[in-house]
Amino acid sequence: MIEQAFTRVDSIISDIDPRIRIVYAVIFSVIVAITDKVVVAGLALAFSMIFSILVRLKIKLILRRLLIVNFFIIVLWFILPFSRPGNIIFSLGNLNITYEGVVHTLLITIKCNAIVLTWIAMISSCGIFELVHAFSHLHIPDKLIYLFFLLYRYVYVLSSEYGILRNALKVRGFRPRTSLLTYRTYGYVIGTLLLRSYDLSEQVHKAMICRGFKGKYWLLDHFKIDKMDFLLGTFMLLSIISLGILQWAKIIH
Amino acid sequence: MHISEGVLAAPVLVIGAATAVIGCGVGLKKIDYDKIPRVAVLSSAFFVASLIHVPLGPTNVHLVLNGIVGIILGWASFPALLVALLLQAVLFQFGGITTLGINTVNMALPAVICFYLFSALIRGKNRILAMIAGFAAGFISVFISGTLVASSLVFTGEEFMATAKLVVIAHFPVMVIEGIITASVVGFLRKVRPKILEGIEI
Repeated sequence: MIEQAFTRVDSIISDIDPRIRIVYAVIFSVIVAITDKVVVAGLALAFSMIFSILVRLKIKLILRRLLIVNFFIIVLWFILPFSRPGNIIFSLGNLNITYEGVVHTLLITIKCNAIVLTWIAMISSCGIFELVHAFSHLHIPDKLIYLFFLLYRYVYVLSSEYGILRNALKVRGFRPRTSLLTYRTYGYVIGTLLLRSYDLSEQVHKAMICRGFKGKYWLLDHFKIDKMDFLLGTFMLLSIISLGILQWAKIIH
Repeated sequence: MHISEGVLAAPVLVIGAATAVIGCGVGLKKIDYDKIPRVAVLSSAFFVASLIHVPLGPTNVHLVLNGIVGIILGWASFPALLVALLLQAVLFQFGGITTLGINTVNMALPAVICFYLFSALIRGKNRILAMIAGFAAGFISVFISGTLVASSLVFTGEEFMATAKLVVIAHFPVMVIEGIITASVVGFLRKVRPKILEGIEI
């Protein structure tokens, strides 16, 4: 039920130093999130599309993910165009669709998809080990990195644990319904998961003490910045600068 | 429950991120290195549990469970939910970096509130009272989360008023289900392993 469908190791994006990818994704997302200009958002979407092509993921996979992410946006399309005051372009009985409403919703849609596409191309394409490694270079608190890494590691263990519980329910003829019994059963399933995880954490902790863990994660390989990093890094920097100029310089009003 | 990227206004995102940083700071201070495996593995359990879809009439909802998260983890809910949301973003792209702060606050703040309101009753002697407190923790945590999500939208712009109302209404059935499930988790753990309910900070 949990898979890393987006990790790629054989594209020019995955050759870029993960630190550069993280920093780029953060700056890019922040600029796009705060912009109120359709031009900036549109350009950002174009950049994000270029990067998601470069990462060589299956288009179908990306589109399916975008569809889920856009669910909330689709709901907004049914509400926002009607609720923002402005020039009326279309009337449906009592409901008026305004120009400003449509532009605003369109802006949100573009921004959301640009950020998500960049995130898929830059971050989701990273392996978790690479991410954790890069985080430790980027001065994220050690405890938080350690927490993130162990969370990732044990999510898989516990999801197979949940699979066993689910099978046990199935074998006993359990069919989820809207009933008190169903909800109580799920409560017990979650309780059992917590119980197993509690015992597991005890073992993990002891195993780590046995191996002399003192809160430091030793890194065995190191990142190198090479020519390709430099080239794509420059392109990424230029894309950020162009978005920044469009956003803050007074060329377009 | 998640607010998508690109929707909220800059001030809301900044306040969310700042609050998340403070909350995580307090939370991380409360757990030393020895406690981290426990917090991590428990949050893995919550991560998996939140992927369970429970039926509700013709549709189904997924669980939030931040009430019971708060009872067990206390302030550590902030870092625990932050890394869980980050992992969700990496694996499933629900939310991203700019909404990470506000989404963490919307889930972790109710958890911490429930920790202060209900943990004494849930750990207390009376089983019935403990289960009622469990129901209240599940119910109220989702209610506060829904309200926080709605207010994040309203503070972004007046035009989100209708959406915000819809968010709160959509949360009502989830509150009841969360209440029932949290109550039965509490009942179960009290019987089987009351130590877990005593929380992470001991």
